[in-house]
Amino acid sequence: MEVYLYIALFAPLVGSLFAGLFGAYPKMLFTGVIASGLLFASFVSSAILLNYVLAGHTVHVEMMTWIAAGDLYIPFGFVVDQVSVTMMMVVSVVSTVVHVYSIGYMAHDKGFNRFFSYLSAFVFSMMVLVMSDNFLGLFIGWEGVGLCSWLLIGFWYHKESATWAANEAFIMNRIADLAMLIGIFMMYWNLGSLQYDVVFANVATLPMHIITWIGIFLFIGAMGKSAQFPLHTWLADAMEGPTPVSALIHAATMVTAGVYLVVRANPIYSEIPDVGNAIASLGAFVAMFAATMALVNRDMKRIIAYSTLSQLGYMFVAAGLGAYWVALFHLMAHAFFKALLFLGAGNVMHAMHDELDPFKMGGLKKSMKVTWIFMTLASVALAGIYPLAGFFSKDLILEVAFVEQHYILYTVLLLTAGLTAFYSFRLVALIFHGNERHLEHGIHPHEAYSFMLYAMAPLAVLAVIAGMVFKTPYYLMVTNLLPAMTYHIHNHTTFWIMTIGTQLFVIAAITYAYKKYAKAVKVDKKVESGLLYQLLYNQYYIPKIYDEVFSKPYLKLSKLAWKEIDLKIVDATVDGIANVIYQTGEKTHTMQNGNLSSMLRWMVIGLVVLLVLAVAFTAGYNAVNLQAM
Amino acid sequence: MEITLTHYLVLSTVLFAIGLIGVMRRKNLLMLFFATEILLNAVNIGMAAISHYRGDYTGQMFAFFIIAIAASEVAVGLGLLIVWYKRTGKIDLDQMTSMRG
Amino acid sequence: MFEAIAFYLFAALTIVMFTITVMTSQALYALTAMAAGMIFISAFFFILGADFLGAIQIIVYTGAVMAIYAFGMMFFDTTRNVIEKRSNPRFVVVLGALAAVLVVFIVLAPIVTTNLNANYPIDLAVGNSQAIGMVLFTKYLVPFELAAVMLLVAMIAGIVLAGKKMDKSLTLMTEEDIALMHDSFTHEATQEEAH
Repeated sequence: MEVYLYIALFAPLVGSLFAGLFGAYPKMLFTGVIASGLLFASFVSSAILLNYVLAGHTVHVEMMTWIAAGDLYIPFGFVVDQVSVTMMMVVSVVSTVVHVYSIGYMAHDKGFNRFFSYLSAFVFSMMVLVMSDNFLGLFIGWEGVGLCSWLLIGFWYHKESATWAANEAFIMNRIADLAMLIGIFMMYWNLGSLQYDVVFANVATLPMHIITWIGIFLFIGAMGKSAQFPLHTWLADAMEGPTPVSALIHAATMVTAGVYLVVRANPIYSEIPDVGNAIASLGAFVAMFAATMALVNRDMKRIIAYSTLSQLGYMFVAAGLGAYWVALFHLMAHAFFKALLFLGAGNVMHAMHDELDPFKMGGLKKSMKVTWIFMTLASVALAGIYPLAGFFSKDLILEVAFVEQHYILYTVLLLTAGLTAFYSFRLVALIFHGNERHLEHGIHPHEAYSFMLYAMAPLAVLAVIAGMVFKTPYYLMVTNLLPAMTYHIHNHTTFWIMTIGTQLFVIAAITYAYKKYAKAVKVDKKVESGLLYQLLYNQYYIPKIYDEVFSKPYLKLSKLAWKEIDLKIVDATVDGIANVIYQTGEKTHTMQNGNLSSMLRWMVIGLVVLLVLAVAFTAGYNAVNLQAM
Repeated sequence: MEITLTHYLVLSTVLFAIGLIGVMRRKNLLMLFFATEILLNAVNIGMAAISHYRGDYTGQMFAFFIIAIAASEVAVGLGLLIVWYKRTGKIDLDQMTSMRG
Repeated sequence: MFEAIAFYLFAALTIVMFTITVMTSQALYALTAMAAGMIFISAFFFILGADFLGAIQIIVYTGAVMAIYAFGMMFFDTTRNVIEKRSNPRFVVVLGALAAVLVVFIVLAPIVTTNLNANYPIDLAVGNSQAIGMVLFTKYLVPFELAAVMLLVAMIAGIVLAGKKMDKSLTLMTEEDIALMHDSFTHEATQEEAH
């Protein structure tokens, strides 16, 4: 089984290095094909491992010693258990699909080889993140995905906005990573180990406040990676990257790493239910907050990004309330349908020549039938209509909130579910229905390559069946490791009222969205100039506030440091030293008058000085030694 | 009155000092060579004296090799001096200023 | 007693002779005084029992080195006094004395304070020349051979330098002059120039 573990882990790395060899060359089809093939190998290995884990085993290997200094011993260890194998399956499935899709999507891009190198490197880092058996290995993967995310968001580096977004994402993540590192340090300081099994076995022995701080710091790290408020602004800006990147990194895998961290560290969070409640509250807030921003946005990819943010909020609600397996389940289901949604959006973007404003599209279902079906399916799944994936995972979170008697959270999440349905179908309606507004702009859409559509098909199938088929086996498997809590509403009447009520509410939202946007788009000036609309449209002015509160004062500080400190102190010191040396040379160059006689004289002077020094040091050395004796 | 090693070393020091003074004050290249010979001989006296008072041949060996080196130095140095004199007609140190910095 | 008288006598003579060598403005005086000083130094070697070294001193210095200097001086215009600027003579004297004292101090200090063992102890039963020969051709054979080679090299160098046409310097000539010289000389000659 270890062989499969290593294949699953290192096949993407091999693919990345191979594609990287040709990074500077123009497009070579085989780099994409080979990288995809290696990822498929990784997927097959993961599937074999899944089968093995389903049979009740786990794989734990220690590849080699990494750090061994004093009491600190950290190996490069990898573990395949119920949680990590779930993540491995999600990562390998989605990334394989995205790789194959990218061969078509990036077909006309100059950086084709480079793209595959980065993308495979990302998958490798993600695999390290989910498979590591200790927190430091997780952190390495964590930083690795951050790096690859930076590379891929800024993939079109000649675009100012892309580099800006890449740097924003990178910097925000570093802020959060610092907190995470502190959490890891605290863990090591108090427990003397970073191995999962050791930490989780001993965490309960620690004083309460230390566990609380560890939990808080780790969660701040998770907040950065999963773009939770207030570190959420980078995710929407990260949509500057190529769409397959958004599908893989900023929807399905990397942003869910935060959820994975909380799920993985569940023994810690089980000790501190107060922090859990805070996480759940923040999650619910972000779910609502992001969904409202998605309501009015006019950028197709940003709308999907906000919906990702909102769904991450759902996952944190589940994780915060202790329903770790539910969080992980929603993570999995969400990865499938959200990646599908993004890839569909990629098709639309290609067809529309990189136009992102859905108000300039419309009626695309004629020319892009398959994409329409896929995106509708994904949206239905996202909205949580029976029997698609979202129904099983998302409504489960609602039930969790209800059973745990967090009625406020429940209400918020229920409302958000309606909003989700509305904005998802607003998008679908604007893109695929109504009159063909794009004709005014002289665009003639066409369907994507057929192999891209075939590549998306597995995701569509998974988006449909993931909930229905996988729920029970998944539950049985994962509860070997995670707390097995079942959430049943004991009163049957309540259960049915809730389920049907939610379904009706969601369907009503969908209908409303279709009604409002599917026919002709009427721009309501009065609403658009309203305070609420402006507030939502400008993302609650948060980017502006950050700009005013952090960026501009920092710019001022930097300028001050440059003009006052750097120029007047640092540069002046350096120049001063140079001046002193220059002046010394100027004054003493008469010594070099070329006269051998005076040179001899200087030589003797130098000899005397050296001899004096030798005598003085010898005398000093002897004096010290004698004293010591 | 017993003559000790110290006496010889003082003599050696005095001769060495004379040599150094010559090295520093001479402007005639030929005279400069004389001064270096004095330096070497001053050291030779010290070597021979230490060899005698310590009962060890090593000092004499060194003096022997120093004489050999002095002889070679004279041969090469004088050759160079002649070449220089042929070129410039001078053996004045103050006029050798091609190394002015 | 005899030893003391001899030491002081020769010490005084040597110092006087070398002082003349260093101070006089006449090259011929300097040469003569130095030759005398070398002979007086050999006296020290005889006093110290280093008979072989004393003989070598007389042969090599007074016989060979001084003769070379004498021949060398025939090339130069020794009648023309080199003007020696007396710039701060006291400074020179103090500096020289200081350096000499320091050197001796450094050499002497370990000899006086620590007990050194003789590597090649003097054997009174054997004559000095014989003993020197035994040490020189056993322990110091390689340095001895090297010294011999060095002397040979020095001899050849002296002949080449003084005898060949070396009144041109490639480093001080302009490019054009070097090109001209290459044209006028044979290839072989040019090669030797470069060396």
